Amino acid sequence: MNDVARPGHPSHTVGPPLWLLAELTYRCPLQCPYCSNPLDFADQSDELTTEEWVSVLRQGRAMGAAQLGFSGGEPLVRQDLPELIAEARHLGYYSNLITSGIGLTEQKVRAFREAGLDHIQVSFQASDPELNNAVAGSRKAFDQKLAMARAVKDAGYPMVLNFVIHRHNIHQMTDIISLCERLEADYVELATCQYYGWAFRNREGLMPSAAQLEQAEREVNDYRGQLAQSGSAMKLIFVTPDYYEIRPKACMNGWGSMFLTVAPDGTALPCHSARLLPIEFPNTRQMALKSIWYESPGFNHYRGDSWMPEPCRSCDEKGKDFGGCRCQAYLLTGNADNADPVCDKSPHHDRILAARRAADHATAGLEDLTYRNTRNSRLFFRS
Amino acid sequence: MTRVPRLRPGFRFQWEPVQDSHVLLYPEGMVKLNTSASAILAEVDGHRPVADIIARLEQNFPDAGELTDDVCEFLRDAQQKHWIELQ
Repeated sequence: MNDVARPGHPSHTVGPPLWLLAELTYRCPLQCPYCSNPLDFADQSDELTTEEWVSVLRQGRAMGAAQLGFSGGEPLVRQDLPELIAEARHLGYYSNLITSGIGLTEQKVRAFREAGLDHIQVSFQASDPELNNAVAGSRKAFDQKLAMARAVKDAGYPMVLNFVIHRHNIHQMTDIISLCERLEADYVELATCQYYGWAFRNREGLMPSAAQLEQAEREVNDYRGQLAQSGSAMKLIFVTPDYYEIRPKACMNGWGSMFLTVAPDGTALPCHSARLLPIEFPNTRQMALKSIWYESPGFNHYRGDSWMPEPCRSCDEKGKDFGGCRCQAYLLTGNADNADPVCDKSPHHDRILAARRAADHATAGLEDLTYRNTRNSRLFFRS
Repeated sequence: MTRVPRLRPGFRFQWEPVQDSHVLLYPEGMVKLNTSASAILAEVDGHRPVADIIARLEQNFPDAGELTDDVCEFLRDAQQKHWIELQ
């Protein structure tokens, strides 16, 4: 059976975009060295207007999108956020605000709630102020995050705390979870870095060693046991780095299958990293969202499996993982068609093994990382 | 039977026309519900005790027969999944 949707010939097998990620801006007060934004974000200051975002939200909802993420950059820097939240609620979205907490106030937390925001996810960089602030590149970040986490809880939102895990904070797993328990979190995402954007640039300085990872997994499992025993509803989600797997992740649950990202300038993407691929993606300013999703060459590029070279083409797991991540294939092999090198059937798997070996011997400190800021970003787009 | 189930904070139950089904939405997640799960959750309003929910369902679905076991099993399951709380 050939279920490939060819450009210009939308296949009826393509489902609706159930998840819409609105990357409202690339502006951000923090400088996290694992940011997933493009390296040249500083060259892309163009942002959709309020009316243009409202139009994107309406079109997405009409197509069936139910989950909406407001992200960035730091979405709070958009002055029209309350208006967009209210529109999202009016349309029937479940809306999620993904924020660093910087720029948030108790008043805003309450006002967003009244406007209909469903959930605020506050991200932390570590369990203690020194490390947190060093990673974030901001001296006051940790105290502000703690205060805002409490405000979120007090306002009656479900509390989701997110920690990006890397070699410099992976030893804090027990402390991190314990902090979350004190803050009465409902969900804790312990997400090890995914190596795209700034994180790919800084991979050697961020990737944990196999021994570090093993220790962290033990600590998380022990804590899970304790939580289960005490009847706690706090849910721990530990996302381990795919660099330590031998089969790739089913990235985005398949290209253009349910996720739709709209970047600050209106560029529509199958995931927030896809901008780095040598593929032309449509813009919501020029094309209706429906045509973008079902008909554009960019979105149809990796649907189905007729694009797959070996070893994916003849692999009996291709319907399970879709050959893994196109961005990772591109970053590691120079050709986005290739099997994700995480797979040990990939002829490029040695690149993953080399990264693991490097992680065993890495000595770089936090000060050696390239921080995500406008100055560093300008260096990238000039070169 | 006198306990009152309610959706946990952050959970929302709603009809999705494009999916032609009810769904349960929560932080960054969505569950598509089958017809019986939808019928039960539609009665969970944070005020009705379990006994009332069963009575209403038996009234609305007279051909379904005795529903106590099915409803209680679903609510237990939903509680274990942390979708609902029983007060």
